[in-house]
Amino acid sequence: MWEKKPILLLVLAALAIMVGTTITMILPFKWVNGEADRINSVKPYNALQLAGRDVYIREGCNNCHSQTVRPLVADVLRYGDYSKSGEFVYDQPHLWGSRRTGPDLARIGGKYPDSWHVQHMKQPTVMIPQSNMPAYAFLKDNTIDPAYTEHKMKVLGFPTTAAEIKALTGKTELDALVAYLQKLGSDIPWRQQAKAVVVGQLQNPLAGDPGAIKEGEKLFDGNCHSCHDLKMKGNDNDDVGPPLTNMATFADADLFTLIHDGTESGMPSFASLGANKIWKIVNFLKSHKEDDDAGHDK
Amino acid sequence: MEKTDYNYDIVKSFVHWSILWGVVAVLVGVLISFQLVWPQLNLPPLLTYGRLRPLHTNAGVFGWGIGSFMALFFYIVQRLCRRPLWSAGLARFQLWFFNATIIGAAVTLLLGFNTSKEYHELEWPLDIMVVVLWVIFAVNIVMTIVKRREEHLYISLWYMLATLVGVAILYVVNAAEIPVSLFKSYSAYAGTNDANVQWWFGHNAVAMVLTTPPLAIFYYFLPKSTGVPIYSHRMSIIAFWSLLFMYLWTGAHHLLWTPVPDWVQTLAMVFSLMLIAPSWGSVFNGYLSMGGQWHQMRENYLVKFLILGITFYGLQTLQGPSQAVRSFSAFIHYTEWVPGHVHMGTMGWVSMVLFAGVYYITPKLYGREIYSIPLANLHFWLVLIGQLIYSVSMWIAGLQQASMWHSINPDGSLTYTFVETLAQLYPYWTIRAVSGIIYLAGVLVFIYNLMMTARSPQGALPAAAQNV
Repeated sequence: MWEKKPILLLVLAALAIMVGTTITMILPFKWVNGEADRINSVKPYNALQLAGRDVYIREGCNNCHSQTVRPLVADVLRYGDYSKSGEFVYDQPHLWGSRRTGPDLARIGGKYPDSWHVQHMKQPTVMIPQSNMPAYAFLKDNTIDPAYTEHKMKVLGFPTTAAEIKALTGKTELDALVAYLQKLGSDIPWRQQAKAVVVGQLQNPLAGDPGAIKEGEKLFDGNCHSCHDLKMKGNDNDDVGPPLTNMATFADADLFTLIHDGTESGMPSFASLGANKIWKIVNFLKSHKEDDDAGHDK
Repeated sequence: MEKTDYNYDIVKSFVHWSILWGVVAVLVGVLISFQLVWPQLNLPPLLTYGRLRPLHTNAGVFGWGIGSFMALFFYIVQRLCRRPLWSAGLARFQLWFFNATIIGAAVTLLLGFNTSKEYHELEWPLDIMVVVLWVIFAVNIVMTIVKRREEHLYISLWYMLATLVGVAILYVVNAAEIPVSLFKSYSAYAGTNDANVQWWFGHNAVAMVLTTPPLAIFYYFLPKSTGVPIYSHRMSIIAFWSLLFMYLWTGAHHLLWTPVPDWVQTLAMVFSLMLIAPSWGSVFNGYLSMGGQWHQMRENYLVKFLILGITFYGLQTLQGPSQAVRSFSAFIHYTEWVPGHVHMGTMGWVSMVLFAGVYYITPKLYGREIYSIPLANLHFWLVLIGQLIYSVSMWIAGLQQASMWHSINPDGSLTYTFVETLAQLYPYWTIRAVSGIIYLAGVLVFIYNLMMTARSPQGALPAAAQNV
């Protein structure tokens, strides 16, 4: 009978659509973002971070970067602790994304120092030579509008102060974006918890192996060279990490721990490379003398 | 038979404009595919990948997709109801409002005004325009059907009506947002809820925009092109209602392994697998309607487009559910595999069926035979080859990318850094960009053929044939 009654067909179609909608889309509101999801250490964005988040949205960063770490071995090894629902309660909209042309950013906060992000935004290939990310140097020429940002904070109901808004004066979109990235995923103390503790006496298993030195050089180029030069005369990015001269004076075990754990001053942990690769880098650094720089730092 | 004065002018206009937006979509697609290979092609701030990719998807789905659905729906609804459109004036207004909305979308997206939600990037003023546009469209179609001169509603009309109500519900719910200024808003939902609403929308936009309208068009033009009726009426009834019922449960298969509740993910996975049945119901209905008619695959270019189209739909609706299985999703989600999948649907299934529809109606609209069947065949092969190279290269790229992402050394560390996996993709991205150029060439052949048909002075159809 519905085959002759278009209005009835419309109503029946709407009903058919609403069954699955009600159960899988409306019903979850009862639990999601409720008490069970709450994480007390997760705080709303501050004014500068919110302004940065809006730059992230405007530039469509979510077209290439996801923001959810899945509870899968490779995801957790690569990016950090898996994402929890309670970490996103202030995200209107969510920015989980659907592609990883670039890496996931849910745990990018605290991974690199601000100076790394600034250089990388201005010209990504300076930090990552094989990157295909567009350059966002123009963000440093645009300033944040404090009054508009204050309005946004009020719309979202995020706490702010007059002093915080005043401090936005003169801040650039690049400052804001970096502030946002540094907050991502760092409201929970996962870095401290995830830190692998190296136990026992550290013995260099590859000491004196020339093959390890060669491979270590390749690994250095791929992982370290964007922040660290091997000689004093630096280039554009020498304000990110110090030049690595006289590495031969370090003990093997100290170098290993430094690379494995990262530093308080902003160097990320390279534990995900695995012990074998870290030892290769240690062997390369130890073997390196300042006068054989010719291959590097052109 | 009583002669009906069909309104074909509005159909013509919608065909022209939708094809224009289709060319924009493909051109921007080619540009952004080259941007992935040569990042220097990004010209900030306006022409970066991040701003152009939403323009590509919106021009494709809404400009070309919805635009040509409007054209073909207006054609089909008049024929199946044996009467002219309920309101020609409203339809004319809809045309201009449609173009204003698409232009508004293109400009605002380039300026960076976007909500971040995939396939729903338009900011709130444009959302309102889309809603107005849809209401106008729906009223005209529904009123034409209500006042029809044919008692039965043919299958195509069911799918049309379902499209109208489905898109309306999805779009309005996902558009809930709090405006902060003229072109900026924040979503009304937060975090995990926002993600779940968005992918309920996102996946069902695939149902209500990229499945039900092309099915409406397929069910009309296949029998029209072959001259034999659809194989089973009962099968189309079962497929129609089960498709409508099952689709809405599946959105969370885009969110497997995320913080969305596990039971929502599991339901999405199970219903995605069940969806194979109604999808293949339509595929088989198409195939079985070809009983004794397969020779037309050689002789009739319309049939080629339609049958290849429904074949891609069949492949799409097997591949899609496989991707909705947790273990396989863990592997291929976030990789280049997914654009390979999506483009088999858009470049293969949807566009093939649309090309067939436009080719079928063009002689009727202009009262002449199509300018060149060899060119139509060339068009067919170019878009088929372009699409296959696109999808196959992206599937391989995705598998390699996924294997490298998940590869773990014996000591439990990752084998590859992220950038090492990215560096492997450049050759595939280059191949994909070239496939886009091949597809674009096919579309240009299509346009040339249509233009020459419209301009051709000779070969006018006898008047009697125009109203068949």
